[in-house]
Amino acid sequence: MYICDTIVAVSTPPGNGGIAIVRISGACAAEIADILFKPLKNGGFKSHRFYFGFISDPKTSELIDEIMLVLMRAPHSYTREDVVELHCHGGMLIVDRVLGLVLSCGARLADPGEFTRRAFLNGRIDLIQAEAVMDIICSQTTGALKLAQSQHGGALSHRFEEIQEYLLRALATVEAYIDFPEDDLGEADLNLIKTPIDSALISINVLLRGFDSGRILREGVSALIVGKPNAGKSSLLNRLLNENRAIVTHLPGTTRDIIEEVLNLDGLPVRLLDTAGIRDTDDIAEKEGISRALGYISQADVVLFVMDVSRSFEKEDMMILDALIDSNVIAVLNKSDLPPLLNLPDSFACMNRITISATNGDGITELKELLHNEFSSDAELDSRQCAFISRTRHRDALISAHLTLTRCSDALAAGPALELLAVDLRGALSVIGTVTGSTTTDDVLDMIFSSFCIGK
Amino acid sequence: MITYENVYDVIVVGAGHAGCEAALAAARMGCHTLMLTINLDAIALMSCNPAIGGLAKGHLVKEIDALGGEMAKNIDATGIQFRVLNTRKGPAVRASRAQADKQLYRLRMKRVMEHQSRLDLKQGEVTALYVDSGDLRGVDTRSGIRFLAKTVIVTTGTFMRGLIHIGLRNYPGGRAADLPSVGLSDQLASLGFTVGRLKTGTPARLDGRTINYAKLDKQFGDNPPLPFSFSATEITLPQVPCHIAYTNKRSHEIIRAGLDRSPLYVGLIEGIGPRYCPSIEDKVVRFPEKDRHQTFLEPEGLDTVEIYPSGLSTSLPIDIQYFFYRSIAGLENVEIMRPAYAIEYDYVDPIQLHSSLETKLIPNLYHAGQINGTSGYEEAAAQGLMAGINAALRSKGRNPLVLTRSDAYIGVMIDDLVTLGTKEPYRMFTSRAEYRLLLREDNADLRLREKGYALGLVSEEEYVRFFEKREKIAHEYSRVASMRLTLNSQEQAFLEANGMTDIHKGTTYEQLLRRPEMSYDHLSEFDDVSRETPREIKTQVEIQVKYHGYIERQLEQIKRSQNFESSRIPTGLDYFSIQGLTTESREKLSAHRPDTLGQASRIPGVTAAAISVLSVYLKANAQKITSRAD
Repeated sequence: MYICDTIVAVSTPPGNGGIAIVRISGACAAEIADILFKPLKNGGFKSHRFYFGFISDPKTSELIDEIMLVLMRAPHSYTREDVVELHCHGGMLIVDRVLGLVLSCGARLADPGEFTRRAFLNGRIDLIQAEAVMDIICSQTTGALKLAQSQHGGALSHRFEEIQEYLLRALATVEAYIDFPEDDLGEADLNLIKTPIDSALISINVLLRGFDSGRILREGVSALIVGKPNAGKSSLLNRLLNENRAIVTHLPGTTRDIIEEVLNLDGLPVRLLDTAGIRDTDDIAEKEGISRALGYISQADVVLFVMDVSRSFEKEDMMILDALIDSNVIAVLNKSDLPPLLNLPDSFACMNRITISATNGDGITELKELLHNEFSSDAELDSRQCAFISRTRHRDALISAHLTLTRCSDALAAGPALELLAVDLRGALSVIGTVTGSTTTDDVLDMIFSSFCIGK
Repeated sequence: MITYENVYDVIVVGAGHAGCEAALAAARMGCHTLMLTINLDAIALMSCNPAIGGLAKGHLVKEIDALGGEMAKNIDATGIQFRVLNTRKGPAVRASRAQADKQLYRLRMKRVMEHQSRLDLKQGEVTALYVDSGDLRGVDTRSGIRFLAKTVIVTTGTFMRGLIHIGLRNYPGGRAADLPSVGLSDQLASLGFTVGRLKTGTPARLDGRTINYAKLDKQFGDNPPLPFSFSATEITLPQVPCHIAYTNKRSHEIIRAGLDRSPLYVGLIEGIGPRYCPSIEDKVVRFPEKDRHQTFLEPEGLDTVEIYPSGLSTSLPIDIQYFFYRSIAGLENVEIMRPAYAIEYDYVDPIQLHSSLETKLIPNLYHAGQINGTSGYEEAAAQGLMAGINAALRSKGRNPLVLTRSDAYIGVMIDDLVTLGTKEPYRMFTSRAEYRLLLREDNADLRLREKGYALGLVSEEEYVRFFEKREKIAHEYSRVASMRLTLNSQEQAFLEANGMTDIHKGTTYEQLLRRPEMSYDHLSEFDDVSRETPREIKTQVEIQVKYHGYIERQLEQIKRSQNFESSRIPTGLDYFSIQGLTTESREKLSAHRPDTLGQASRIPGVTAAAISVLSVYLKANAQKITSRAD
């Protein structure tokens, strides 16, 4: 284990890209590279040269990936410290493994903006550059929690809070046994410590798997298509994509699951999500699809609410409208080729609205323009970029916490020293705290005093 | 008002555990010092439990001792039961605790004070600070004498506007049978200090002659008892046991039946009490599922029958107190000698202090002890010592001594107080120290003796003793790190007998010692030198080897935080003018006004990103100032 203040982060956006770069900065960067990386041709690293080789787990010698490595010796690097970049294949699983290995070699996860802060403090960039970056970082970190809250209807932030709660519980128990030996608490009950740690590990694994599958992280703007059965959602999807992807029939309820396609709008990737038609139904599979569609509403960047102008505003439409209260909605009035019958309620007055015909293509160009304008403003692109970086932090924090907690769990099995266990639990809490907000001593004390009867 | 002829360097208001350490430190550092107290017979009185130490508190006592304070020596001389707690847990979380003979404790401290040169002891109630056009000049007393001084340390304990509650009755008092201090806290408020109200409580004192000890389990101290002090002290008093008793369901019913006459539950008490030291009625209400609570019956001294039942403090009326204590097995016929009571008192928000314990509002004024919202003798003494040291340094025109969070528990406590303030009585816990593995009882002298010596608080003789110990530890550590196993027959036999056959030739003793199954004493089975190593050296080497990896990591964290801790924030900084801070960070920073970037980072609501922004801003500002100077 190397003890030095060397930091690491994944510096490419998450998702299964072609290449991902893991960046290490600090006095031990080169040593860590030496431990993990075996170049194809032997011999030391020269600064600013690319080396091809293999990265493997030093404990098990298991081969992880073939990568390119570049070492930039101080002071000729971004931070003016030794910097190593590991260019790996972009699969999430591989990136996670590499990051985990670097952490286990003694590096720690970089704080938000730390590469830039080091660059500034070491005189590499000037104040104006640094302030500009710091501005973004500050909005990102406050954005991180908000982002977590907004993803999957808050499920992500809820999970992080859950992990924090488990760890707090474990830590409070450890601390109670340490600080109150005279308070009749009995012998340390290791299960009270082990159970929450295991629960935290399970939650972390679930989240990491979510990141792996890329569902949460697939890039681009998401546009959710909703509407009552046979309003023409799937026709709209096909029309937007210029191909027949979704099954289109006149039978209501054909699309039972979410269909996801990527549309390229002048360089802006848009994920189109076609959902089940919303209606009252007894069909279990269909019901499931409908509730999933409603669940997706809160995560979508924009909702295309498709209505059939040849039919009246029905109770299904009302159901949908009610679910859209907090969403960014475009009302898509489909079937302009048929005689109109639809009477929109007043609440549509201030909504983006467009009339189209998915059958003959009228209005589709205008809809694409509307979508493009909605998302191509600078501010939106900025916040999108922030979101990527925040998501990277979420995942990096989880990997770091996972590493530490696994060590706790192993230590518990071997008969633990409580004061050492506390060090690791605090470490894990502190990385989770970068997303949820930090845990203070008072939080720990609150938990102790509410769980144990203490006091002489 | 008559003005007294002398001008003191330091005046200490109050003669409790904070006041005594403050006055002794100032006088020992060469300052002409005056200690004023409402009652000269109550110097260093243990108003609550007759004990010193415990988890984290023992750490404080050892640190006080290492710096040259008096508390450890005083308890060693007057202790009647000594125990080391957590012996089955790691060395970082072991702590010493002792029962005191309450009267002997007080009398010895008084004797030490009376024999201290440059220290005057006078009886008098301070009713106001003498502040002349914003400058602190001295203090005024109720008897009409004005004392002048360069610096003043206020250690009023529970006395400022003290109000005692027994059931629905209440009356002014600083402690049972003592007058309160009236006037001072009003003046502090008018000077701009935020004055708040706290509450604490104490159990009844029971008549030992009416306790049936045959029914109770005994708890003895360690044999031999280990002293607190790093100086050569001996424990000479006879050692006595405590007894353990338990409340029961009937006791709890009695408590519940009395709640309608509890000043706490009917809302008569406005002060906030400590959660870690709840009254028995709090325990019964908050943990209804517990059908018994433990109590230690602690003797108040060798020459008294008074008994202190720990954990059974209450402010219920006296008739309920009788029913309650008598419901406990062994106490069926017990007589109460002094009733239990709760006390409310004024404290001053410690956020208005610098890390030196000097107030931000009035230069040369220092606050220490319960006035800062703490509870406990040890917490008070530690602050008193620091305030005494810093007032003395000020009167000599020198810079203050500030202990950091990585130096000492004292540093953690003071930093917590001045950075975060407190809403309930603050008690030290080991969980408050992020560098717990470094801040141990066993190495308090290694951490702080040098500082105490430099201040002139540690005698030459004590320092030499320490110096030799430190040399021996360093020597033995480097020996253990360099000695290698040759795998001779003796070593082979030992390794085989202990199932460590995977050990290679050339392994150092240090590497071998890191194995969990190894202890230093094991070395002596094949290493002659280690057989001669004194106990305190062995212990240090073993702890340093065992904690090595964690210690290194914590040292690295400290190094990393040092930039922040030493990065000072200009006093009048306008946080709203700094680009990139969130509104919450701006508001929190403006309210707390931290002295350093390190303090800023510990304020809840100030994010890591805000600290990044602030550090960039400070660096840039420093550059601007330098370039202007050019």
